Amino acid sequence: MALLAILLSSLVTAALAPLVVRVSRRGASFSLSLVPLSLTVWLASLVPEALSGTPPSFHVPWVPELGVALSLRADGLSLLMALLITGMGTLIVLYAGAYLQDSPRLGSFLGWLLLFMASMLGLVLADNALFLFACWELTTVSSFFLIGHDSEKEDARQAALRALMVTALGGQALLLGLLLMGWVAGTLTLSEMHTAGPALREGPLSLAILLLVLGGAFTKSAQVPFHFWLPSAMAAPTPASAYLHAATMVKAGVYLLARLSPVLGGTPAWKAALVTVGLVTMVGGALLSFGHTDLKRVLAYATVSVLGTLVLLLGLGTPGAAQALGVFLTAHALYKGALFLVAGAVDHSAGTRELPRLGGLRKAMPFTASAAGLAALSMAGLPPLFGFIGKELVYGASRHAPGGWGLAVGTGLGFALLVGTAARVGLSPFLGPRSEAGRDVHEASPVLWGPPLALAVCGGVLGLAPGWAGPLLAGAARAISGPEGEHLELTLWHGLTPELGWSAASLALGGAVYALREPLRRTLAALRMDRWGPSHLYTLSLSGLRRLADFVTGRLQNGSLYRYTFITVTAVAGLLALPLVLRMGIPEGMKRTLHLHEAAVLALLVLATGLAVKTRSVLTALMALSVVGLTESFVYVLLGAPDLALTQVVVQTLTVILFALIFSRFPVQPSGGRSRLRDAALSLTAGGLISWALLHASAAPPQTRLAEAYTARSASEAHGRNVVNTILVDFRALDTMGETTVLATASLGVYLLFRPSRRRRQA
Amino acid sequence: MNAVVLRTVTRSMTPVLLQLSLVLLVRGHNAPGGGFVGGLMTSAALILYLFAYDVQTVRRLVRVPPVRLMALGVLVVLGSASLPLVTGKPFLRAAWTEVSLPWGETLSLGTPMLFDVGVYLVVVGATLGFIFALEEGEAPQGGGKEDL
Repeated sequence: MALLAILLSSLVTAALAPLVVRVSRRGASFSLSLVPLSLTVWLASLVPEALSGTPPSFHVPWVPELGVALSLRADGLSLLMALLITGMGTLIVLYAGAYLQDSPRLGSFLGWLLLFMASMLGLVLADNALFLFACWELTTVSSFFLIGHDSEKEDARQAALRALMVTALGGQALLLGLLLMGWVAGTLTLSEMHTAGPALREGPLSLAILLLVLGGAFTKSAQVPFHFWLPSAMAAPTPASAYLHAATMVKAGVYLLARLSPVLGGTPAWKAALVTVGLVTMVGGALLSFGHTDLKRVLAYATVSVLGTLVLLLGLGTPGAAQALGVFLTAHALYKGALFLVAGAVDHSAGTRELPRLGGLRKAMPFTASAAGLAALSMAGLPPLFGFIGKELVYGASRHAPGGWGLAVGTGLGFALLVGTAARVGLSPFLGPRSEAGRDVHEASPVLWGPPLALAVCGGVLGLAPGWAGPLLAGAARAISGPEGEHLELTLWHGLTPELGWSAASLALGGAVYALREPLRRTLAALRMDRWGPSHLYTLSLSGLRRLADFVTGRLQNGSLYRYTFITVTAVAGLLALPLVLRMGIPEGMKRTLHLHEAAVLALLVLATGLAVKTRSVLTALMALSVVGLTESFVYVLLGAPDLALTQVVVQTLTVILFALIFSRFPVQPSGGRSRLRDAALSLTAGGLISWALLHASAAPPQTRLAEAYTARSASEAHGRNVVNTILVDFRALDTMGETTVLATASLGVYLLFRPSRRRRQA
Repeated sequence: MNAVVLRTVTRSMTPVLLQLSLVLLVRGHNAPGGGFVGGLMTSAALILYLFAYDVQTVRRLVRVPPVRLMALGVLVVLGSASLPLVTGKPFLRAAWTEVSLPWGETLSLGTPMLFDVGVYLVVVGATLGFIFALEEGEAPQGGGKEDL
């Protein structure tokens, strides 16, 4: 119950955020940040229970027949992520209030940010595969709106679309993978899947499942070759970059792989895929960061690198690797979040994020500088910071893995590059002589330097007293690799171990890389990645898709209503002709006498149709058609379907009005290329075929089982005597819900098409 | 069309039509009617008003922008579907309650009625949105290629 309350309260806060901002701009972010803060405390109080044998869980059947349920479960791994999400969320909301103080769309920004928080919480607490997927997609959607927040900017829109395309396509793969898993395992409950582990790992579908799940995880967690969306996502306002694209959302893929490790992990294919992709991403991301000078982009590439490290650890799958994962993931969230927020503060004060133009800001911005320094030291993995402990564990895990030497060299190289990057982003803007851009810079407001400093200090405290987080991290490791993961000794000083030697070596190498940053940048620029990299491939396929769409649309939807009708009717007639040709023959028709009044109605129908066909005036044709429609509803009355008749009358009325409006607004041009003979032939064929099909349908004995069941239960079970309506709003309400959504979406489309353009509204 | 005649007729007809549409909505559970047809009827009544006067007048009359009506409708539908979850029943399971009225009759209220109200709101919002857009919008210009 507590878990559900936590989810719901974050959802409600997201919905209220725009209102709160409207009431009070200044106090909004303070009051809103109280919610994630209290959720953090609440979640922290659940830790003892989560680490006991039976973690807190919650279960409500949703669609029991399909195995869909709202099930939540908070074990060590989920809770570690959830605490990161709410804890960071508190600081980010505070920071965003100050960072976007002058933005007219602060309300919507905070709303999306909090909606993201709610969906991310749902993702890590989910115990049902489909619920997890729904939250997964919600994070994608909220990320889209946060990246595209400055929707006037072309590149923000492009970047938002890019992230959406890549992660949503991966999401589709993930959905398929999860469904296959559910099918093989016979359950969609994640915590029960491990019982079917052997079947999932070695069955005939195992490779398909693995590839589909990896497709989802690798796109979300920006692994090579899907990494390119993450640096472009830096078009988002900095608070979103720090929160989504460093600390939480990009970890969702890693979280998913960690969650599924006990179920899918350990196979040769799993190990090969994760270790290879992880290592390439780790080294590649760190290397690519040297090709850029924009503070946020450099940080983004460094994030890509760390995500690669985390995937690599999951590929190793040893208890040691599972321990390293939790520690390193936490350390990274703390220091990377802090560095991003620092980047925002520097941008705010100095007006630029270009590294070559920044220098010597330490005197002007002492607090920001200390936050940056602390975070950079954690990133470089220097004692006594938490990043150091994480790095030691990573080295340990890769050294003990089979084939460890190559891995250890690889990880060492990756870390050395990260050390160089840490020096670039955390030290170089603040040390040295004061640069041109920093001439009249002042320290940012406390709300802009407080959150990054808090995060950086957290990293320091956890480094000095790692015992605080020890039990939770051990619980997380247990969730990934079983009971062996539990014996987690977090200490700063292990004595003179090989890992310490590696650390020292990578630090020295990192210093060398930092010194060589300029030649490195030139080399990378000379490679012209933008001409052949995956990012360019994406651009090419997008423009190809657009050309294809232009071609198809030009062919099919040229704006001629005549052509649309023609194609539709032809298609219907063609589809009908198939089965009718297959079973030729005049069906046993209905034998009933036609009453006089029925004959009269039919005659009216035929007359009105004839008039509609004959007339040359658009208005007359419209009126004739409405007579046809009204007569039809009269037929419904005669056959005893009052609901249908009523709806038909009103729909007919509105249709006529719509047409009249359109005709009065847009000139009606007779479209070319029509021949009355061809039209007549097509109409008669289609009409004949439909009549034939109807005769066939009515000749078959009516299936009354369902109708009788509905009729019998309508009054007793659905409290209604109108069967039509009880079917609509009760028996088959899910269909109605779908229809309602379709209607709303379609009318939104019309609204957006016809809305006066922004330019005109401002004029 | 003589505007004076139309306006006079409209002023008396629109309230009647609106009431009729509400009757249709409410009685839909036991007699022909329901959210869908009720919503269409409401829209028809308002569109009649629109023909007699203009869009601005109807907008003032409705007060809520159509798009918002629609969003509200979707929320009501979702809400009525989710209400049973509170009591631990599955999504969309109907829940009913009896209310005793002071004059001795009982009225049964249930989530399906609320669901119907949601459908009604969506239909009104969608149709009014269409018509308003046609009335005051400009023709869509070809090719929204510049932002994708």
